[in-house]
Amino acid sequence: MGTIHPVSQVMEELTAIFGDMGFAVAEGPQVESDWYNFDALNIPPEHPARQEHDTFFMHRAEGDDRPPHVLRTHTSPVQIRAMMERGTPLRVIAPGRVYRMDMDQTHTPMFHQVEGIAIDRDISMANLKWVLEEFCRAFFEVPSVELRFRASHFPFTEPSAEVDIRCSWEGGQLKIGEGDKWMEILGSGMVHPKVLAAAGVNPDEWQGFAFGMGIDRLAMLKYGIPDLRAFFESDLRWLRHYGFAALDMPDLPGGLSR
Amino acid sequence: MKFTLSWLKDHLDTQASLDDILYALTDLGLEVEDVTDRAAKLAPFTIAKVLHAEQHPDADKLRVCRVLTDEGEKQIVCGAPNARAGITVVLCKPGTYVPGIDTTISVGKIRGVESHGMMASERELELSDEHNGIIELPSGEVGERFSDWLAKNRPDIADPMIHIKITPNRPDALGVRGIARDLAARGLGRLKPLDIPAIKGGFPSPIRVEIDPALKAKGCPLFAGRLIRGVKNGPSPDWLQQRLTAIGLRPISALVDITNFFTFALNRPLHVFDAAKVHGPLRIHPAKGGEELLALDGKTYTLREGMMVISDDNGPESLAGIMGGEVSGCTEATTDVFLESAYWDPITIATTGRALKINSDARYRFERGVDPAFTLPGLDLATQMILDLCGGEASDVTMDGAVPDVSRAYRLNPARVISLVGMDIPETEQRRTLEALGFTLSGDMATPPTWRPDILGEADLVEEVARIASLTKLEGKPLRRTQAGVPLPILTPLQQREKAARRTLAALGYNECVTYSFIDQEAATLFGGGSDAVRVDNPISSEMTHLRPDLLPGLLRAAARNQARGFADLALCEIGPAFHGGEPGEQHLQATGLLVGHTAPRDPYGSRRPVDVFDAKADAEAILAALNAPARVQITRKVAAWWHPGRSGVIGLGPNTLATFGEVHPRILSALGVKGPAVAFTILVANVPQPKVKTPTRPALAISDLQAVERDFAFVVDKGVEALTALNAAQGADKALIESVRLFDQFTGEKAESQMGAGKKSIALTVRLQPTGKTLTEAEIEAVSAKIIEKVTKATGGTLRG
Repeated sequence: MGTIHPVSQVMEELTAIFGDMGFAVAEGPQVESDWYNFDALNIPPEHPARQEHDTFFMHRAEGDDRPPHVLRTHTSPVQIRAMMERGTPLRVIAPGRVYRMDMDQTHTPMFHQVEGIAIDRDISMANLKWVLEEFCRAFFEVPSVELRFRASHFPFTEPSAEVDIRCSWEGGQLKIGEGDKWMEILGSGMVHPKVLAAAGVNPDEWQGFAFGMGIDRLAMLKYGIPDLRAFFESDLRWLRHYGFAALDMPDLPGGLSR
Repeated sequence: MKFTLSWLKDHLDTQASLDDILYALTDLGLEVEDVTDRAAKLAPFTIAKVLHAEQHPDADKLRVCRVLTDEGEKQIVCGAPNARAGITVVLCKPGTYVPGIDTTISVGKIRGVESHGMMASERELELSDEHNGIIELPSGEVGERFSDWLAKNRPDIADPMIHIKITPNRPDALGVRGIARDLAARGLGRLKPLDIPAIKGGFPSPIRVEIDPALKAKGCPLFAGRLIRGVKNGPSPDWLQQRLTAIGLRPISALVDITNFFTFALNRPLHVFDAAKVHGPLRIHPAKGGEELLALDGKTYTLREGMMVISDDNGPESLAGIMGGEVSGCTEATTDVFLESAYWDPITIATTGRALKINSDARYRFERGVDPAFTLPGLDLATQMILDLCGGEASDVTMDGAVPDVSRAYRLNPARVISLVGMDIPETEQRRTLEALGFTLSGDMATPPTWRPDILGEADLVEEVARIASLTKLEGKPLRRTQAGVPLPILTPLQQREKAARRTLAALGYNECVTYSFIDQEAATLFGGGSDAVRVDNPISSEMTHLRPDLLPGLLRAAARNQARGFADLALCEIGPAFHGGEPGEQHLQATGLLVGHTAPRDPYGSRRPVDVFDAKADAEAILAALNAPARVQITRKVAAWWHPGRSGVIGLGPNTLATFGEVHPRILSALGVKGPAVAFTILVANVPQPKVKTPTRPALAISDLQAVERDFAFVVDKGVEALTALNAAQGADKALIESVRLFDQFTGEKAESQMGAGKKSIALTVRLQPTGKTLTEAEIEAVSAKIIEKVTKATGGTLRG
């Protein structure tokens, strides 16, 4: 029996949900210039946030004085590319591989993120909260969810919020939408005017939100997969156990999962 | 950033509970990571008195005590040498959990004598490592809660320690006062005033300071200091030591402790020089390069050209704003101290700190940005504390440079705030919030306080207002659809094809893998990659040094790992990017399948056979069909070096390669440790041409009522001839009449060669003729047959098999 990898399956689930809300799927290169990965996202060269990204740098040939390219540390550079290529109004998600120099029990040097961005004349943070609530309710396939926005800081959004979801952990079993625990699931905010300007969008006329979350983590939470590292080890037993059948095509009328 | 509740209350006049404060901190964006509240853990323990103690009848080291508790007299057996009548003790009643021994106390018999509880040592309550005896309290009433007693008598132990995460935009919250200000703005109390003493110097500072002109504009706009003579630098007082130990800092001496205290209390890092060890004026200048400095961490650093450093006549004495030097540091013997308070440029500090790999509390703060306007008030406040704690006499302030002007103002647009946040925050509340955070409002212009370098535009005002108003209160509002009704499709043609390839692969029995985009150089080189253009400069391991040129090496390595686990028959696939260069965009989408071992497990029907090149070809063709590739393609042998030269092919349309299939070259298999047979295919998904017009309408179905005719032909050809050559030749014999040509039999091997001659084989084709105008006559069929035979024999060099 052939199987679909959970990362691919979850990407299709994301596409089904956000597609219904009018979000297209944007893509961008995985080797990025530091301008797209950092500068355009309001992370100037000496910004402490740049140091916290654990960036992989590409080799630069001698005599090539450009700053080295990076393996994109997040899917956020696709925000910039999408705004430049598609203009406004805009609604896209951008799922894909990202890279950070980090390898331990819970980190792998490559993982997957999905970025979302919506730009229009009057989009507010309250719209962002609704979109994320709708997404979480549909994705986790529960009757209702409760999200909590917590003030935070990302250079490319302002105001910024980390988002927690109400859940319970009992006997090692995660239940979304009930209980008295809060689990952080994503970062989000209103796109920073400097980011809009960097992408050629007039911040006096347009505004909107952006968010980013880990796809592997979403898969782990939804399907009870314990170990991130195993995602990339291609152990046949794992692929068969956590994989999905060819005809398990997620759609909204039929429900996302069997 | 760590601090204690009582330290916070030095700056915040509040009645709020610890829980309310913790909730507000996280909600304000000062995320609480950890709280150590030792008093809360000690809540179940009460105070008791030992009335009588006597030797245990059966144990030398045990005593049987009668203890007066709030529940009456109890008998407790105790092994502590200091258990005796008259002492006031801490009681653990049966049923309470004792953290230091990780045990819940129960009523039990000890050597035959009943014991109703335990009297605790400091270690058992995790107060200290002391375990020589049980706690003897100097005061306390029977039944009083031990945590209440601690709060009254040992506030340092009862004081909860709070650890919060500070985002890089909030240097002001790296001082306790900044945290207090946020809480006050939220309404959790009142920020206490900070009185700056006016210190009058008694004499001019004998140590002068000067900033090199090269640094005045950027690196060090302001450097100030003063000498305090006749100080006594002993241990600092208990309250100060307790503040520092509570957050994990080691008290050193009063002078050093004072600088640390200012770092954490007010985000004002300072430095103290032992004036007796400073020779001549202090110069702040760029290093020439090559100078060495023994820093306070005991390590010697070699300076690079341009690094900012403080020198006297003897050379470098301090890594400006990062770490002081050991030689001019203060000791218990210091009597004259030079106190430095400077404003350093964040970028200069960050660059030097990173180059020297020094992580100090000072660097951490200066590179995020301290309050430039507080440089001189901070100097005066610290001077006052030195005079208070160490005595002595202060000189005048000596300084160079000036307080940098950071004033700027942004427009507060209350309507925009509401529009962006989606919360109805009244204008008066918006203005109150900003003022509480230290902004100055003039009309609709807001001037940020000097301690907020992160406020750089109108959007930052929005964030401040929203943060203090509490995003937790934000309620979701529906995002209207981009258009009414059924949503439009959103996937691009390439995205749809990627999905089709993935689903088809799974349907064909492949297990989809996701392998790393970077592989080892050896494997990359085997597949035409491994150059410097795709090299990662700082790889995390030697197995992840180069971007993959192809998906096959990753799958082959995965196959080898699975073989090692005892799985011999594998069908693995991956759909993902391969990299043909190191520039953005030099990546392309591959869909790769790998078959290893046999087609099936052993079964009673004997259908199991090793996988071969035609399995790979069939699957590649199935995927191409799912991607709407044209049915007519060319297959050539111009394969890359990692394919078996004889058992592989390239599927293409003219110069455009769609896919490669075949056996993996044995040299590759042995290099990557895979036991064959192994066959594979790689589809270049984006190369498959798109239909020129996309329409759901099918072309009209053209069918004929006339009888179709099938004719079979067998040819003897050289065994190296591909059947496809014969098929294409036959197809070309009459494009209108011939509907299809298929291979239906082949005869190869020793037996065939013995019949037909060495190096020969036989292939058999069936040709289907579909007339459209009229039924074919025998003569017409013969004519087409002759043409087919002629074409095939010409193309293959073979003969019709008699």
